[in-house]
Amino acid sequence: MSDLIENLLSTLLDTVIDVTPIVVLIAFFQIVIFKKSIPNLRKVLLGVFFVIIGLALFLMGLEQALFPVGEIMATQLSAPDFISQKFNGDYVWLNYYWIYIFAFLIGFSTTIAEPSLIAVAIKANEVSGGVIKKNDLRLAVAFGVGLALAVGTYRIVSGTPLYLYILVGYIVVIIQTIFAPKDIIALAYDSGGVTTSTVTVPIVAALGLGLSAVIPGRNPAIDGFGLIAFASLFPMITVLGYAQIIEIMIKFKKNKSA
Amino acid sequence: MKKILLRSFHKVKTAFFDLVPIIAVVMFFQLVVLQQPFPNLANVLIGLVLVVFGLMFFVEGLEIGLFPIGENLSYDLAKKGSVFWLLTFSFLLGFSTTVAEPALIAVAKEAAEVAVQFDLLPASELNSYALGLRISVAVSVGLAILIGVLRIIKGWPIYYLIIGGYVVVMIMTIFAPKEIIGIAYDAGGVTTSTITVPLVTALGVGLATVIQGRSPLTDGFGLIAFASLLPMIFVMGYGMVIFAS
Repeated sequence: MSDLIENLLSTLLDTVIDVTPIVVLIAFFQIVIFKKSIPNLRKVLLGVFFVIIGLALFLMGLEQALFPVGEIMATQLSAPDFISQKFNGDYVWLNYYWIYIFAFLIGFSTTIAEPSLIAVAIKANEVSGGVIKKNDLRLAVAFGVGLALAVGTYRIVSGTPLYLYILVGYIVVIIQTIFAPKDIIALAYDSGGVTTSTVTVPIVAALGLGLSAVIPGRNPAIDGFGLIAFASLFPMITVLGYAQIIEIMIKFKKNKSA
Repeated sequence: MKKILLRSFHKVKTAFFDLVPIIAVVMFFQLVVLQQPFPNLANVLIGLVLVVFGLMFFVEGLEIGLFPIGENLSYDLAKKGSVFWLLTFSFLLGFSTTVAEPALIAVAKEAAEVAVQFDLLPASELNSYALGLRISVAVSVGLAILIGVLRIIKGWPIYYLIIGGYVVVMIMTIFAPKEIIGIAYDAGGVTTSTITVPLVTALGVGLATVIQGRSPLTDGFGLIAFASLLPMIFVMGYGMVIFAS
């Protein structure tokens, strides 16, 4: 129990250090430049306090519950004896199918719980007057991250060059940008950056480094990376795609009723 | 009192449902695929309870704290009508939230170690290299928010800037030292922390709401996209400059 409290205090301290520069900056602008205080200051401060407490509890809980299990799993699933248990020890890319499934599901499920994505979804819902549903956006992004990790792990196993995937990915994004509804583009680009923070990164890093350490001929320093790059690319594609599907459905309905 | 309890219960429920997918995936793999019992089940359960409450507090705090601050700031900055102060604030917001970011400190250190390992750097310069990297990423995030805010003021379409940026990333990827590429891509991901994202989003959307002729949806988003793009360019550029000399 005392361990838990000590852990909480140190996580809390880290979060406070994280927030300090923002608080100093905002206070400077409020006091020196605008010469006025924030309206409802007490309520806002309570909110900031909630954010700090919430984030500290969240991070600590993850460290306690998810990260150890996730990291062990990533290592076990890529361990040679797990793979040859199922097949005859040949390094065929298909033998690693549990890895791809795991990568997809862990990418999807951790993104659903990503706090910064929840924040962006709340804002997008508010700004679009409810047209963009919070959970639809989160599902689209989560599906993108899942796909990204599945493809990313396949890339590590198969040893195909990273830049080819990235190149093709960005070409797809460019083509989609031309055809997608203009309103969604900025939000879709943002979804790339939002996904790779607190929850996803540690497990993804463990998966990438573990996998490239186990497979012969891979160098963790070079092949272990790149998963994060995929995880920022694919959500753009799925969010743009989501908007395109919605648009087509609306057109289809209109044609039907006309 | 009953109302408050009911509301809190609803919030705990929402936060719990956000975690159901993770719990399901981890259980499925642990019990069905790997066929192993949970190590430290009690720890895992305590951890999950903490995560649920953490998420609940965070979302509550967003709505009554971070979002109002961001909106209020964007309103004050726009009302002041000084582009200089608006851009100064934008740069400092990006720079200050990034320079002390623990994830960035870790990545910078790792990058320096990789560079030493591959003989690209004498071991004596490890610390100064890591610090230089950190500062260049922080400057790039500051610039990213600055450019993003300038875009909202001017109403430039986002796709030219972002796609142009990614073309630059692609070209630099060809020429940059191989060991730095993965780190550069990672740097794009680690800069946008959980507290920065809501603030920056509220700032962008707030500005696009206040400035005439801008749509909050079309113009308000996009700041995060810049903040993930520019660090990649800066880190690769930094690698090319340092390793070339």
